[in-house]
Amino acid sequence: MLLLSLFWEFFKTGLFAIGGGMATVPFLFRMGENTGWFNASMLADMIAVSESTPGPIGVNMATYVGFTVASIPGAIVATLGLVTPSVIIILIISVFLSNFKDYPVVKTVLTVLRALVIGLLLYAFYQIATIALVDVKTYVMFAVFVVLALWQKKVHPIFWILLGAVLGLLLL
Amino acid sequence: MIYLQLFLTFAKIGVMTFGGGYAMLPMLQREIVKNRGWATDEEMLNYYAIGQCTPGIIAVNTATFVGYKQKGILGAIVATLGMVFPCIVIITVLAGVLTMFRSNVYVQKAFSGIRIAVSALIFVSVFRLAKKAVVNVNTAIVAVLGFALQLLLGFSPILITACAIAYGLLLYFIRRKNDAAA
Repeated sequence: MLLLSLFWEFFKTGLFAIGGGMATVPFLFRMGENTGWFNASMLADMIAVSESTPGPIGVNMATYVGFTVASIPGAIVATLGLVTPSVIIILIISVFLSNFKDYPVVKTVLTVLRALVIGLLLYAFYQIATIALVDVKTYVMFAVFVVLALWQKKVHPIFWILLGAVLGLLLL
Repeated sequence: MIYLQLFLTFAKIGVMTFGGGYAMLPMLQREIVKNRGWATDEEMLNYYAIGQCTPGIIAVNTATFVGYKQKGILGAIVATLGMVFPCIVIITVLAGVLTMFRSNVYVQKAFSGIRIAVSALIFVSVFRLAKKAVVNVNTAIVAVLGFALQLLLGFSPILITACAIAYGLLLYFIRRKNDAAA
């Protein structure tokens, strides 16, 4: 039963998270709240691990959440749940709609969805920030990271995450 | 054995790229276009564009496309499983180890620092995406609503996304009607 609801929760996430990678994060916050499987601070750690390991972030997140909820079977079921809707949709597009992305209706809906993802992600940021930023020291660290990440565009996120770990050990 | 090749090639791509999304494109081009000849550069960019406007993970969508083109539905499934297989193995091992050490005080300190870095990374990616996605008053209103409906009214992201799709469709039909009238 638990595996079935894991599959269903990730199926919904896979179906509605459009734009890849980070787009799954807002849905996972809500999933944690609704099911009680994990809290926001655990999710923040999962995001860090998913960004620092090989493979697509969304897939890594699903595996991690699934493993936390129901061990190895959970990891497999959650990941399959996440990819099932996109496999079905891509197959339909491959067979019937070769010029899918050029339809005017698709373009209009996408313009709206791209803007929406900004708002959804901003709320996900707000949820993590409430946990991570607790005093002046953490606010200053946050500001420094934002400036560094904006300035050094080519540096891989894994570097900032490792730096965060080192600073956490030394300063927090 | 084309199925095995599909599985192994995408497993290799899954292992060798950090971050997914655009970070994966050069790797996909080298493996799929140059080494295997399973798609042309142009097809690959097309897959990517479609991957961005369909639900799910872009890298997975690309694997499904390439697999389908080679060997139909079974090929699509095998390529997708190849893509996710290494992630499942690596994350499962890491998650197991981290769960054991979660109560350790140094691990907790390190993760307190990591959470600050993750907040900053999400903030920066929102900022970068916003430059492309929020281009006029309409898109700005949609973005603000996406944030505010969650914060103030507790709407779920699924409900909000469904509303946004409906709004996009409505916008399209109104425009088409106006064009027809004009």
